[in-house]
Order: sequence, then structure tokens, then C-alpha cells
Amino acid sequence: MTASAMAPSTESAAAPLLEVEGLTVRFGEREAVSGIDLSLVPGKTLAVVGESGSGKSVTALSVMGLIPSAGGTVAEGSMHFETAVDGRIDLATLPEPRMRRIRGAEIAMIFQEPMTALNPVFTIGNQIAETILEHRGGSARAARAEALELLQKVRLPDAEAMLGRYPHQLSGGMRQRVVIAMALSCRPRLLIADEPTTALDVTVQAQIMSLLMEIQADSGAAIILITHDMGLVAETADDVVVLYEGRKVEEGPVEDIFARPQHVYTKMLLDAVPQLGQFADAVLPSRRPVTILDGGTARQVGETRVQDTVKSGPPILEVRDLVARFDVAHDLIGRPTHRVHAAEGVDLSIQPGETLALVGESGSGKSTVGKAIQQLVRPTDGDIDFEGRAYAAMTAAERQRLKRDVHSIFQDPLASLNPRRTVGDSIAEPIHIHGLLKGKAAIRNRVRELMALVGLLPEHHDLHPHQFSGGQRQRLCIARALAAEARLIVADEAVSALDVSIQAQIVQLLMRLQAERSLSYLFISHDMAVVEEMAHRVAVMYLGQIVEIGPRQAVIGSPRHPYTQRLLAAVPVPDPAHRVVRSSDASEVPSAMRRVGDPPERLHLTEVAPGHFVADA
Amino acid sequence: MSDLFVSAPPEAERVKGPGVLRQLMTKPTSAVAIVILTVLVCFALFAPWIAPFDPSQASAGPRLGAPEAEHIFGTDLHGRDVFSRVVWGARYSLPVGAATLLLGLFAGGALGLALGYIGGRFDAIGARVVDVLLGFPAIVMAILAVSVLGVGLVQVVIAVAIADIPKFARVIRGATIVAKQNLFVESALAMGASRARIIVLHVLPTILPTVILLGTLNLGGAILSTATLSFLGLGVQPPTPEWGTMLSDGREYIRYAPWMMIAPGLALFLAIISVNLIGDRVSEIIDPRSQGRL
Repeated sequence: MTASAMAPSTESAAAPLLEVEGLTVRFGEREAVSGIDLSLVPGKTLAVVGESGSGKSVTALSVMGLIPSAGGTVAEGSMHFETAVDGRIDLATLPEPRMRRIRGAEIAMIFQEPMTALNPVFTIGNQIAETILEHRGGSARAARAEALELLQKVRLPDAEAMLGRYPHQLSGGMRQRVVIAMALSCRPRLLIADEPTTALDVTVQAQIMSLLMEIQADSGAAIILITHDMGLVAETADDVVVLYEGRKVEEGPVEDIFARPQHVYTKMLLDAVPQLGQFADAVLPSRRPVTILDGGTARQVGETRVQDTVKSGPPILEVRDLVARFDVAHDLIGRPTHRVHAAEGVDLSIQPGETLALVGESGSGKSTVGKAIQQLVRPTDGDIDFEGRAYAAMTAAERQRLKRDVHSIFQDPLASLNPRRTVGDSIAEPIHIHGLLKGKAAIRNRVRELMALVGLLPEHHDLHPHQFSGGQRQRLCIARALAAEARLIVADEAVSALDVSIQAQIVQLLMRLQAERSLSYLFISHDMAVVEEMAHRVAVMYLGQIVEIGPRQAVIGSPRHPYTQRLLAAVPVPDPAHRVVRSSDASEVPSAMRRVGDPPERLHLTEVAPGHFVADA
Repeated sequence: MSDLFVSAPPEAERVKGPGVLRQLMTKPTSAVAIVILTVLVCFALFAPWIAPFDPSQASAGPRLGAPEAEHIFGTDLHGRDVFSRVVWGARYSLPVGAATLLLGLFAGGALGLALGYIGGRFDAIGARVVDVLLGFPAIVMAILAVSVLGVGLVQVVIAVAIADIPKFARVIRGATIVAKQNLFVESALAMGASRARIIVLHVLPTILPTVILLGTLNLGGAILSTATLSFLGLGVQPPTPEWGTMLSDGREYIRYAPWMMIAPGLALFLAIISVNLIGDRVSEIIDPRSQGRL
């Protein structure tokens, strides 16, 4: 690849707004970013793509001049930025007082977690007005009027009332809108969005991204979008820069990157991205080889095999009419006045060797169902049967045995492993608890065997969890489930926090283990594309109730319920040739909290096709 | 397993190895602290050989004599050698302080752990009782306890320990509640781990740094509290050379013979600060997550 071929092919001859050349950032001895070049013209969106640790956030912080306060140094390179007032300046050598004037006014940043970006003790109106006053001066009254205008611009419903609210009173999506309003308050020429939607539900993500795009079209600002979500890149970016281990490995217009990736890493990344609808014509999910990078060369591992693991006969788990309510508000004498109806009449069953995906957005009650199955939440009403035996009728010994048969894998593998114990001890924990093996040597051998089985080196059994990467930690959690000889694994967002290439490996690992050991999974997720890849059946939950349940092909291929359709439509398509135009509506998922004595209406499910049930509208 | 990508942890270089003591010695502050504490402990162990005079021998030198070659820390009202008394004082002050602390920490820790882990109504009532007890100044509690138990060294240890229980119970209760909320505790519960197993393997190791920090920060306080009781005539009886008693002995002569307070005060100060520095460092070292940052 020559330098000219790598230059972004923007037709406009506009002068670049930002030109980064040879940027090298060091944190102590470690070089986080090595010699990166970027260039961005006004009105365009540049996506910076890479996995955690690739240096993409460090690049953003460098442009914001925040590297010194993060404890690093910009060792080499220049970052020329075209300011509105001072002309072209080099951000790399700009003294902090001048940088402060640029930051927020000319370059604004939107962070991943909106709650931490907002001050919890000030109202929304105060915080936005404060930003305006700080950078542009003027009267407090004018600033407040402008704040109102900004809130309307980011389509927050009832903007007037919103000015007086506090951050904790808003939902995640609303908070991110407020953060965007704040970022826009000084009409920045460059907007840096660092994983702006990673913490949000998929329908909210779609809303926020289309809002950003509209704002860009309106104001002509340039956007640097930092993300690991290739679907998002395909839908929004004009140009793409791919980072790998602190180096730029590929650069080009979005169409070229997706159609003709050059570097092995880009190829692997694109290969790993699950695409909704790519298995549309298959009845059963199937395993597929994934590309991995092994010391600079790409290698395919795994095999293509249909996941025909479901056994007919009696189900391994059956949930009947499950109700879980939590009191959240009480009156003066302690009687509950409000309850969250986390699960309201949930029915589902799982066959041996089957993966049932439970899909929904935050607050839908999907995790509560998982916890009830794990005996971590006591249901208010309803029954759960494991192999035909009701939980309620079980003796203490049977319940203990059940804790071995049903095992959880959580979203955050680091938090679910005790940081003070070696990973070998953690894996061996269920063996000790249930007395599965006797003798130190036997247990040690078993742990080593399990580590090898999930793709880890057995000799690392005496390391601690923090020494592993995210994907490896999730492998450790899977090894622990295998140590328990679990037959049903409740995987609650188990791959959601992982980089896409790692995600693909873990999904393939789970599927292989299912085939080898006829494991059943309750796969709780909000990611439709991953669900399609791995699930045999899909259940969609909304406000504590199942609105649609059926075989994967039916639910994903021909969804009947409006909510399922909305959920599927919101999934970004990782193909820049098929961009979907979305309207930026601002609808919110209503709360599952209700007054006592006012239970939600129970939905009735109708069978529209064999095994495919949909709630009546 | 040919289809599997076996990956090595990014931080596989094992930082296993140097024991806690070796690691303590690698940092100058904790190394100095260890040296000082070792010297003080040697004082306690080998007092008869180190001290040049008998600590209770009157007229070993002039009365209220200033420091000089023979009496490097001077002499007190009765002409006793202050340096010898400081050396012998380590025999009383250090073990009494440590015993007091361990007793209080054990009892308070057990109470706090039970309150925090069991929770519910037991905690609601227990925590209020602890709060009420915290309302009394610890020294008043200790005097109350001594008046019940009687005067003497052992009684002082028990009294000060009892007075410290509410303080320790409260901090450990808080740490336990935080530790209990860890996802790895929930996942152990889901696996069917017993209460004892969770406490011993998951909660205790998690709160251990808090316990160590609490202990080292309070060791000085424990030494001071026992000294205070001795000063009030409720603990170690004169002429026993104890640092606290020596401090109060010297108080009246601070204008004429400041060395009478400076020497035991310095010993007390060095003992407390070195214990604190070591404690700080130890709680860092025993946390495996800090290994990479050493």
C-alpha cells in the first residue's frame, strides 16, 4: 500500500480541519500509540476502529489535550487543528490555558458513560447554561434560553421541564442526549464521540446515532467516532481508520474497507462481525470457523457444522407462569405502594442441548428470569421445574444439587472471579463445594484439563484473574461451569462486553461445548446478531412479559410483534452499501414500576406458526 | 483440540516470587520502617544486655542531668538513666499495645463481620447499639471497664480492647457489606457455597487490607491508650519503665529537663510511624492486583 492509496478519498478539496501526523503517546515505558496519522475534513465522519487496548481512546484524548492529566506524554508528532478564531494551531504543543479555551468550545467530546459525564448535584439546565457562560459569556437568562433550545434540538421530550431535572431522574438514552446537547452548546467544529452508544440499548443506540448524524448535517461539524461496533461504522462513517496495537494498519473510505479490506487484522475483524440475517435460510444455527491473528498471520480455526444438538423428549427446564415483583416504595407504616413487575407470567421451556435466547432491553426483566432459575431470586408466584421436579417441592439437598446442575456466566468476568484467588482455585470452587473429586492432585489435573478444553494454557492455573484479558477471563468462567458439570448454563450478557473478534471465539467455544456435552443454554442478550448466530429458539421480553417466542428462523426472519420488529430494525447493518435511513424518534421504554393494586394486563400468546407464539396486540 | 486457539495471558510474566519481607525491603520507606521496628523489638528482647544501667537504679547519674556521653538521653528526677528506661520500656509498651490491639480487633472484627454478613434485623439493631457505644469517648469506656475489672496490666489490656470494639466493629461491618456485594460472592452463592466458605474464602480475604490498615493505624492509639491509663494510675504502676508512664512523669519537668519527654516520645513516635508505614505497604503487597505496579 502506498501513501497515496491510503489517503482518504474525499472528493471535496476542503482543507483538513484536523491533521494528525506521527502521533506517538507514551505512558511510562509503554507506547500506547505509535506514529499515527489522521486527517479529517469538515462535515465528515471518521471512524477509529480497534479493540480494547488498540489505542483508539488514547488518540481521542490526545486531540482533546487530556494526555498529561491521564498520566502520559505526547512523545512525538503534531496535531494541526483549524480553529475558528486563531487559525491553524498545533494541539500537541499548545499550552494548557489555551487548550482549555479550545476544549469544549471548538472540540467537544461525548463519553461512553453519560452518568459519569454529568454532575449529579446540578440540574440539567444549570449544567448546560454553565458551559455556555464559561466559554461564551453573556447573561444567565440568555444562556438558559439557549439551553432550552439545545434540549429541543436533541429531541428531548418536554424540554422545559427537563431543564429543572437532575441526571439520576433521566434514563440512559436521555442522559446521552443531554451530554450531546452540552457538547453542542458551543457549536464545536469537531465532535469526538468515544463509544457513545456502547452503554445503551440497541433501539436507543439507533436513536442517538441518527440524532448525531442529523446534527452533523445541520452544523457541518466533523465527527471522530471511536467504536468497536462495525455495524455502527458501516452505517455512519465516511472514512475509517483501523488501529491495532497502537498502530494504524489500514485507512480508507468506508465502502473500500468493508468491500476490500487489505490488512489481515481488518479482514479478521470483519469476519468476526455477526451479521443479522446471514443465517436467515438455515433452520438450525451452525458453527463456523473464525479467523484469528496468531503473531501477525491470520489463521482459521474451528469447523462448519450444523448445531443439531437439541434432544426431543421432556424439557430440562420448564418455567411456568413465573411472577417476580419487587417492592420499591413504601408508605409511612411500611406497606408497599409501588412495585417493579420484573416478571409477570413468564412461560418458557428449554430442551436438553438447546439454546434459548432471552432477548430484551434493560428493564425488560430478562435477568430476573435468569436469577430465579439460579435460585438467586425467590419468585413471587409460579413454578420452575428442573427435569420435571418443581423447585418449590425440592428438599434442601436437591436444591443444593440444582446449584451444580444450573450454572451462571455473567457479563463481567473480572467481577465474577475473586481477584485474590488464583484462577485454578476459582475453577476448582464448584469441585470443592460439591465434593466432586477427592485429593489435591486429582483436582489439579481436572483444572488443567478444563483450562485446556476452553483454550487456555494449563500452566497458567496459578495466575490471578487480572493477568488475563477479557476474553480469557470469560473462558475461565466457562471452565468453572464445566467444573461443576453443569447441564444448564445461564449466560447473562456473557459476550456483550467483549471485543467483537473475541466475542466470535467465545460464541464458537460455547457452541462446541454444547455439541460435545449436550449442554443447554439460557442465553440472555440484547444483541440480536449474536442471538441469531447461536440460538435455537428466541424469546423476546418486554416489560416483564414474553411478547414473542419461537424458532430462531421464525422470530428473526418473520417477526410478528411490533416490539420484535423494532428491536430488529434497530440493529446496525455492517454493510455500508445498504444504509438504512432511520428517523430519530425519541420514544422511551416505559417503566415496569406500578402502583400496588394496578397490575399490568397479562398478554395472551397465540400460535401463528408451529412453535411460534406472538402476543395479541 | 486442533480447532482451538490457545492463547497466553498478556501479563503472563509471573511476578511470583519475592516474599512479603523481600518486597518490603525494596521500597526505602518501608525498609527504614522495618529497620526501626527491628531495633525497638531488639530493645524489648535484649533489654538487660542493651541497657547500660538498671532502669530502676536511682542515682545512676545526677538528678535531671542533661544528655552526655554516659547518659545519652540524660537522667530523670531520681537520677535514673533515661536511655535504659526507654530500652526497658519497649518490653512493656510494645507487647501491651499489640495485645490490646489484637484482642480488640478480633472481638470487634467478629462482631462487625457477623453484623455485615447476616444483615437484616440483626444488623439493624446491632449496628445501632454499636453507634450508641461509639458515642462514649473510648477512654471513658476504658476507665469504666477498669473500675469493674480492677487495676493491673492485664486488666488494662482488656479494658482498652473493649473500648476499641465498637470502632473496629463499625469499620469491619462496612467493609463486609461492600465485600458481600461483589459479583464473585453472588456467583459463589449460585454455585451453592456455604456461608462459612463464602466468609472464609471470599469475604475475609477481601476485607483483609482494611483489617491490616485498621490494625496498624490503631496500634499507636492502643499504645497511647494503655499509657493514658497508666498515667491515671490504673495500669502499669511506677517505677515500671513504660513509655506512657515516662511521658507523664516528665511532663512537669519539660522546662528543665525536656529529654525526659523527648526520649520516650521519640520511641513512641518511631514505633507508631514505622508500624503504619509497614502496614500501608503490606496491604498493598497482599493485593495481587497491585503486582504489576510494583
